[in-house]
Amino acid sequence: MTTPLAEVASSPSTLRAFLHGLPGVDRVGADARAAMLGTRSIKTTAKKQAIDMAIGMVDLTTLEGADTPGKVRAMCAKAVRPDPADASVPPVAAVCVYPDLVATAVEALAGSGVKVASVATSFPSGRSSLEVKVAETSLAVAAGAAEIDMVIDRGAFLAGDYLKVYEEIVATKEACADAHLKVILETGELATYDNVRRASWLAMIAGADFIKTSTGKVSPAATLPVTLVMLEAVRDFLAATGRKVGVKPAGGIRTTKDAIKYLVLVNETAGPDWLHPDWFRLGASSLLNDLLMQRQKMATGRYAGPDYFTLD
Amino acid sequence: MFEYAPAPESRDIVDIRPSYGLFINGEWVEPQGEERHKTVNPATEEVLAEVAWAGEADVDRAVQAAAKAFPVWSAMPGAERAKYLFRIARIIQERARELAVLETLDNGKPIRESRDVDLPLVAAHFFYYAGWADKLSYAGFGPDPRPLGVAGQVIPWNFPLLMLAWKIAPALACGNTVVLKPAETTPLTALAFAEICRQADLPPGVVNIVTGAGETGAALVNHPGVDKVAFTGSTEVGRLIARSLAGIRKKLTLELGGKAANIVFEDAPLDQAVEGIVNGIFFNQGHVCCAGSRLLVQESVAADLLEALKRRLGTLRLGDPLDKNTDIGAINSAEQLAKIRELSEAGEAEGAERWSPACPIPDRGYWFPPTVFTGVAQSHRIAREEIFGPVLSVLTFRTPAEAVEKANNTPYGLSAGVWTEKGSLMLWMASRLRAGVVWSNTFNRFDPTSPFGGYKESGYGREGGRHGLEAYLAV
Repeated sequence: MTTPLAEVASSPSTLRAFLHGLPGVDRVGADARAAMLGTRSIKTTAKKQAIDMAIGMVDLTTLEGADTPGKVRAMCAKAVRPDPADASVPPVAAVCVYPDLVATAVEALAGSGVKVASVATSFPSGRSSLEVKVAETSLAVAAGAAEIDMVIDRGAFLAGDYLKVYEEIVATKEACADAHLKVILETGELATYDNVRRASWLAMIAGADFIKTSTGKVSPAATLPVTLVMLEAVRDFLAATGRKVGVKPAGGIRTTKDAIKYLVLVNETAGPDWLHPDWFRLGASSLLNDLLMQRQKMATGRYAGPDYFTLD
Repeated sequence: MFEYAPAPESRDIVDIRPSYGLFINGEWVEPQGEERHKTVNPATEEVLAEVAWAGEADVDRAVQAAAKAFPVWSAMPGAERAKYLFRIARIIQERARELAVLETLDNGKPIRESRDVDLPLVAAHFFYYAGWADKLSYAGFGPDPRPLGVAGQVIPWNFPLLMLAWKIAPALACGNTVVLKPAETTPLTALAFAEICRQADLPPGVVNIVTGAGETGAALVNHPGVDKVAFTGSTEVGRLIARSLAGIRKKLTLELGGKAANIVFEDAPLDQAVEGIVNGIFFNQGHVCCAGSRLLVQESVAADLLEALKRRLGTLRLGDPLDKNTDIGAINSAEQLAKIRELSEAGEAEGAERWSPACPIPDRGYWFPPTVFTGVAQSHRIAREEIFGPVLSVLTFRTPAEAVEKANNTPYGLSAGVWTEKGSLMLWMASRLRAGVVWSNTFNRFDPTSPFGGYKESGYGREGGRHGLEAYLAV
């Protein structure tokens, strides 16, 4: 992996100088821009298109201590055929599980085109040794995960040890081999938008294929302004290096209305080129049923009760 | 591609009468003259209604009604006046959607702006000054400051209802009565406001609305029964008013033109600066007296900033002002469109480079695409004269001192914006810019608690905040 910016990580000081040389983010202005885009009115044909687009971008996720093979198999069935009554509903992009359940998901999804993503690197805290993180990544990949969602060491980042964060991402990327690497910044712990921008660039320079907002275990998880800052980062990174990186907001996106706001944000920030599951994902679980409900409402003009949508 | 389907706000909510009279002494009355004027929707050129043209005799009637109401209104305890103002503010909120649609139809501004900016601010101004009505003794103008009498108020077409609120709310709070003349191209929300005064049971004669053009305005400001004149509009007309009122007892405040500098330093938050530039000059089609029409950008970041700005302008959505996704609406009148065209052509002729994003222009109505001029010099007309349209002139500077020098090198002084992440530089700049408002890492933000007004040829007097009371009190 090399990018035109690889040399900025040649020492702690060059990396620090680069990240702190990025233009600042004014919180009030970023919040106002995200709020304004949230007022876009997406109706009729555009809403239909947006709902199907959003379904196809969902990373259907279960990350609980109580997850079982049965639970994962049920979720996989839902991922392939979200609405049993309507075959025109597209499958979701991927399912996202813990490493020990990757094999179960891979088996359940064989031949479906739905990818298996696994969290790794001592998700969600990331508080372990690099050896353990790399080994966990390798195990998940060996079990068949096509995508790895790693967490960065927020402690190291906040302590200013950017090179440590960088090296962990590089090592994880190496352990990924052909699997796609999504780097979770856990923006709720980074707190400032300046940090979000710096962490985004750090992850991209280190080789991330995707940058992802949150684990879903920390509040706040994904927010519109944080995603805005990350979309600006991938847009600028493409211009600077020629390499395109995807974005995944995760956690807290529960309604169709929310999902559409994110699509508008992508459309008017990074641009319509990012409106594809290869470049934009929505990490969510309960969102899918709301998308299905709104989709059915648009087709029939009526809302069906919640029992008409499967709980998995 | 992700195309947004049309999302028009329904215009059924507004009920426009075919013809309007004058609102005098709490009644709708017919003017004495025959002359009437059609007000059109600038986005379609469709005629919306006919309005009366008030002559001198009509203005006289209105001023007399206001004078008759003054003793009652000014003697009323402040807390009682506040009740009326709070009631008006609440009615405005309740009817906000209707008023927003009406404003958009008559003015051409996008519904997103009339709904999310104009109407909330209109209500906020009435709420704010309602709060002052019983606290005037504590405003810093003496123990018992007295009102002036009859205020003659003339307002422009760019923020019709908001400018009405800026004028009427402080005047009434202080105990004055008013005769207000809205602009000839945008009278409808002022006429709707007359109905709101009736709905609020405001005593007759406290608010009078007379429609008409320049002659009506002249008759109002020159009427001997008017004790206070407040004008918002062009510097040219402001100068005429100042001249005709010179040496007589009438108190005068003027809020006139501007040619504001929006100053971007190399350490600015660039993405937000781009938004601020867009909001500074393309908000309300650039029909904003405090618009950031001159972009001063530090040479070291000029190329990057302009590239980002042009990319952003490519996403602006121009078209049907009633569509909830429209960013740029129609130019308010054919006359204003001609003026914008003339100055833009002058910019090209003087050697500046003109650029606009690819953007389809509707067939009917008055439209002008967002336009950026680069390579502009201080000596160009487009860097000196107020265009009052969606046209940005870009200049560069090297040092903070040069930025201040260029920003201040204008006969105007209404507003300025500074973009830097360095607090000390921000304060250094703010203390040297000769402008009534200096925005820090933002632009075109308004709040009823904050005074607004100009230096130099941008006028005198302040509107908004505690300072805004002074114009309506005998101090």
